[in-house]
Amino acid sequence: MLKISTGNNAVAAAVRQARPAVIAAYPITPQTEIVEQLANFVTEGSLDAKYIPVESEHSAMAACIGASITGIRTFTATSSHGLLYMNEMVNWAAGARLPIVMANVNRALGPGWNVWAEHTDSLQARDTGWLQVYVSTVQEAYDAILMAFRIAEDKRVYLPVMVNLDGFTLSHITQQLFESDVGDFIPPLHLDHRITPDEPKGYGCMTAAHDYFRIRYDIERSMRDSYAVIEETEAAFAEKFGRTYGYTDEYRCDDADVLVISLGTLGKEAEVAIDLLREEGIKAGSMRIRWFRPFPVLDIRDRDLVIIDRDYSFGCGGILADTIKAKTKKDCFSVIAGIGGQEVTYHDIAGFVRNRRIGEELWFGVDA
Amino acid sequence: MYEIRLHSRGGQGGVTAAKLMALAAFRDGKYATAAPYYGAERRGAPVVSFIRIDEKPIRIYSQIHYPDLVVVLDTTIMDVVNVLEGLKPGGTVFLNSSEPVHIDGYTTYHVDLTGIALRTSLIVAGNPILNTPVIGALAKMGLFSVASAQAAIDEMFTDTKNRNAALLAFEELKI
Repeated sequence: MLKISTGNNAVAAAVRQARPAVIAAYPITPQTEIVEQLANFVTEGSLDAKYIPVESEHSAMAACIGASITGIRTFTATSSHGLLYMNEMVNWAAGARLPIVMANVNRALGPGWNVWAEHTDSLQARDTGWLQVYVSTVQEAYDAILMAFRIAEDKRVYLPVMVNLDGFTLSHITQQLFESDVGDFIPPLHLDHRITPDEPKGYGCMTAAHDYFRIRYDIERSMRDSYAVIEETEAAFAEKFGRTYGYTDEYRCDDADVLVISLGTLGKEAEVAIDLLREEGIKAGSMRIRWFRPFPVLDIRDRDLVIIDRDYSFGCGGILADTIKAKTKKDCFSVIAGIGGQEVTYHDIAGFVRNRRIGEELWFGVDA
Repeated sequence: MYEIRLHSRGGQGGVTAAKLMALAAFRDGKYATAAPYYGAERRGAPVVSFIRIDEKPIRIYSQIHYPDLVVVLDTTIMDVVNVLEGLKPGGTVFLNSSEPVHIDGYTTYHVDLTGIALRTSLIVAGNPILNTPVIGALAKMGLFSVASAQAAIDEMFTDTKNRNAALLAFEELKI
């Protein structure tokens, strides 16, 4: 059905389609609408799930872990400080190989108190063993949630998936949304290592190096296997629903001499900048990174890179820029922009490209 | 692309009005986005929403700096906010006002939305609600079809009060 929806409501609608058995969540701006809506679905009976209104995000993830380990489908949503507060359990979920799906509405970290879009919250969780995807439209938020369950629950993966959407910019915007009947797109969950009364097991026992390193290596092996699972899932999704996604969303990149690389809604705004630049004769393209973990192989060639980070790792650099520099052995013009919801227009992005200085870093609004 | 900036006060229904505008345009077969700008606003404080309507998918997320149309649900905001800022030359202004307002260089329209809300008892928590009446006024201005405006209101509200308020505003707006 074609309707209009906010990003938050699209996430909730997709979760209802995926039919989780347990949702444990704590509200936080700008994510609250997601869990409010899911609580409504459970109350009105359109979603047959146990909704656990916990007292903190740490408990939300702990409850998801406890439920997931019995082999049932679980979901939670959070943002910013909520994600940081649950961080211990976020690591645990991946270590215990649980296919939990979480929506994180990207928001800046305090102090100063700021509820607007920034990616530092989820990028701090990049080393936890969770797969991470970043979306740019209401439709993509809906579609990514559906695919997240199928990818997480594939036995070649058995790792949790975090779907990230920009706070307010995407969570609260109203756009069109095709709501689809998911049918059998997400197969029933069979968790091989589940705990049942007949098959008691222990998790978190004291594990010395001899076994521990194998457990950690196995996470990385599954991360590498997840590339194929993501590709298969996105191909199956395109076949069934007609909407195509990939590791990156590339716009006019084929013949481009300079690439704008970014995450989230800035990547869509960048496409408008690309059209402006092309009219001026500058052969630019936009490469929006969708999957940050596992990190994709990028088609960079010998082109200039303008990398926009809506995040920062203090004492080091923009997290996306650093990742791409490390992976491609190629320098870039690193732009730090959009922090804490800072307004960045397509005119600004076109300016980053026109005035690029490869090898340098620009803090938008601070540097000249 | 047609770009609209909507000024209101927290509690008047501005966010819902923006969604209704997007929905009506969408029911006309167009692409539309509605983005409320959330600051540190509270009930009664000036708030702003951005609505874009286009024949093509809309990829812009930044704010609207040069609107084609400015909609003002509460004219007392004009004492503290320059609602005309960036308005394109020859652009359009709609004001919730019982009296016509002339602004040099712009086309202006007005309807007493507050009066309509009070007359139709469209009041929530003591506030006259202006979001459905303004949709009637904007339909008369040709922003979207009357059928799509009615469809949008019917999708969001089940009562007849909202529909009637929109019809009254449609009738009262003078072209």
